[in-house]
Amino acid sequence: MEFLPQIAFLIIVAIASFFLFKRITRIRKNIFLGKPSGRTDRPSERWKTMLLVAFGQQKMFKRVVPAFLHFLIYAGFLVINLEVLEFVIDGLAGTHRIFAPFLGDFYTVLINVFEFLAVAVLFSCVAFLVRRNIMKVKRFSGEEMRKWPTLDANLILVIEIVLMFAILTMNATDMLIQGQDDHYAQTSTFFFSSFLVPLFEGMSVSTLIFVERFAWWFHIVGILGFAIYVTYSKHLHIAMAFPNTWYSNLEEKGKIENMPVVTNEVKMMLGMQAEGSNEPPAEIARFGAKDVNDLSWVNIMNAYSCTECGRCTSQCPANMTGKKLSPRKIMMATRDRAEEVGASLEKGGKGLEDGKSLLGDYITKEEINACTSCNACVEACPINIDPLAIILEMRRYVSMEESAAPASWNGMFQNIETSFSPWKFAPTDRFKWAEDLNKESK
Amino acid sequence: MSDQQLTVPTMAEMTAKGESPEVLFWVGCAGSFDDRYKKVTLAFIKILNKVGISYAVLGEEEACTGDPARRAGNEFLFQMQAMSNIQVLDGYNVKKIVTACPHCFNTLKNEYPELGGNYEVIHHSTFLQQLINEGKVGLKGGGEFKGKKITYHDSCYLGRANNIYDAPREVLEALDAELVEMKRCRTKGLCCGAGGAQMFKDAEAGDKEVNIERTEEALETGANIIAAGCPFCMTMMRDGVKSKNKEDSVEVMDLAELIAKNEGL
Repeated sequence: MEFLPQIAFLIIVAIASFFLFKRITRIRKNIFLGKPSGRTDRPSERWKTMLLVAFGQQKMFKRVVPAFLHFLIYAGFLVINLEVLEFVIDGLAGTHRIFAPFLGDFYTVLINVFEFLAVAVLFSCVAFLVRRNIMKVKRFSGEEMRKWPTLDANLILVIEIVLMFAILTMNATDMLIQGQDDHYAQTSTFFFSSFLVPLFEGMSVSTLIFVERFAWWFHIVGILGFAIYVTYSKHLHIAMAFPNTWYSNLEEKGKIENMPVVTNEVKMMLGMQAEGSNEPPAEIARFGAKDVNDLSWVNIMNAYSCTECGRCTSQCPANMTGKKLSPRKIMMATRDRAEEVGASLEKGGKGLEDGKSLLGDYITKEEINACTSCNACVEACPINIDPLAIILEMRRYVSMEESAAPASWNGMFQNIETSFSPWKFAPTDRFKWAEDLNKESK
Repeated sequence: MSDQQLTVPTMAEMTAKGESPEVLFWVGCAGSFDDRYKKVTLAFIKILNKVGISYAVLGEEEACTGDPARRAGNEFLFQMQAMSNIQVLDGYNVKKIVTACPHCFNTLKNEYPELGGNYEVIHHSTFLQQLINEGKVGLKGGGEFKGKKITYHDSCYLGRANNIYDAPREVLEALDAELVEMKRCRTKGLCCGAGGAQMFKDAEAGDKEVNIERTEEALETGANIIAAGCPFCMTMMRDGVKSKNKEDSVEVMDLAELIAKNEGL
């Protein structure tokens, strides 16, 4: 019986790890539904981008208030996880605060730092709940934010608040137990949780131990449960932001990814020697993107990294003038479709062949046609997500596979083909402007 | 200026004479055909003539870079345009290109290299900035625009697309004018609404046109001149100013026009 808590702990950790591993494997497969990406060049620049943008939160600080609050939660997440290490060792070894005797006074200092961060996280989460639900900051609303995304956002904040309360409750009761039970190591006062002590004063030692144990278990099981929840949630950015920024587009934003398949065909049409033309032409799957597997895996990873903050949509000229396009929705739809396909494959279902597709069932032509390719969404994203790349790939599909671009665009294509200008002017008139040079008075 | 007749040398003529110019001026379709933007082309030509730089244009041999086709999804058409343009440019052994269109600039600079076209490409705002730094134009002080309120509208294809924010502003500073910024400027600059091939179709249903939103912002600054560096922005902002009935008090001008006027050209 003595080892029961340790066995229970081990089983809980094992179950959680199993589900977490399964989920991560699934997400990995979903991401790699996408086509290969060549983004492994310039590694030092990529590490630097990751350090600045993800680790250093560089782009968050364009908006100071949310950046500050977010930074507190972020620091809390990074630092408080150190405490989880002690939780795990204690849980497995049956010890209590195993580091306390070794670290002495420094242990109290550490716990006080953790407690400070716990309070900071609490404060920030409450502030974020206020921003979402009372101040109703505009970018948190929108067509795509109804139901689950809004609930998801609030749930994350509430869960974090509850988890932080569990830590503080645990520490407050711990202080009262110290000296009354040998299992509990002696420490100095924990500053923040001492404010909760009056709530528990007067309770019997056994009640206190029950509360302390309950809080301990609640916190560690809560963290494990939350970790699994996160993989289904927009909150996945806490992990994905790092690889996502590593695989950032390092080219000038104005440059659109080339299509080498087309280059070969065009070279043949122009009677030029295509590179590697001795080899048989590769099987061309599809021009542009109709479904998630036509995108690059970096596009899909972008979608899994999106935390739906709406900075992109709030900067989008099409969205702010009432058009249906919302860059955030493009990312959410891409993730939803990847999840749908993945879930179907998991069950041995039809996967991509389910008769649905990203373009058509999730994203409409009206949305992608409204994009001005201004890159405001890309610039606004705190973790370098690129909704524009997905939009342009879909336009390629519509234009080249379906020949279903808007009529005026088809007219423009025709003008370029026949008169080498998007407008219908005679190519022989192209140099007429020079005749006006000396007509004008100065 | 004197009554001296200005002529615009073409690459064909120069090559026939066995000369090769220092820089090719890529005029672009708007600069060649759009009545308003032809004035910008002329202004820039006058500046080129004044500073005595050796330049040429392609004339009738120039063709659309393919930018709108690529952005509208027609990769075939884009690459056809690009390949044949590269053949022409390489045929004349062109090394350096200047253009007054950010869309041509972006395509030539960023997208042609992968198709085999490698040139030093600069936008005319950078080119003008260099001329100013070299003391070849501007910096007279007390010019036509001294003390006038000018606001600069960032072109997306110059700004976010290529990180050029300072060159156009430095050009404006040389006018000794009062440069006033719009609420959304530089990295946060609002698009005029014409990029991504939107210039060539009607906007999707919504509750406002993007150019109206942007024009309102420009007018809020109280500037009399909206400076632009892009033919599409020029069209969109002028339409916006017109629809606000402000064309008598607010003018949309290109950077080259401002410099040419300041120089008395």
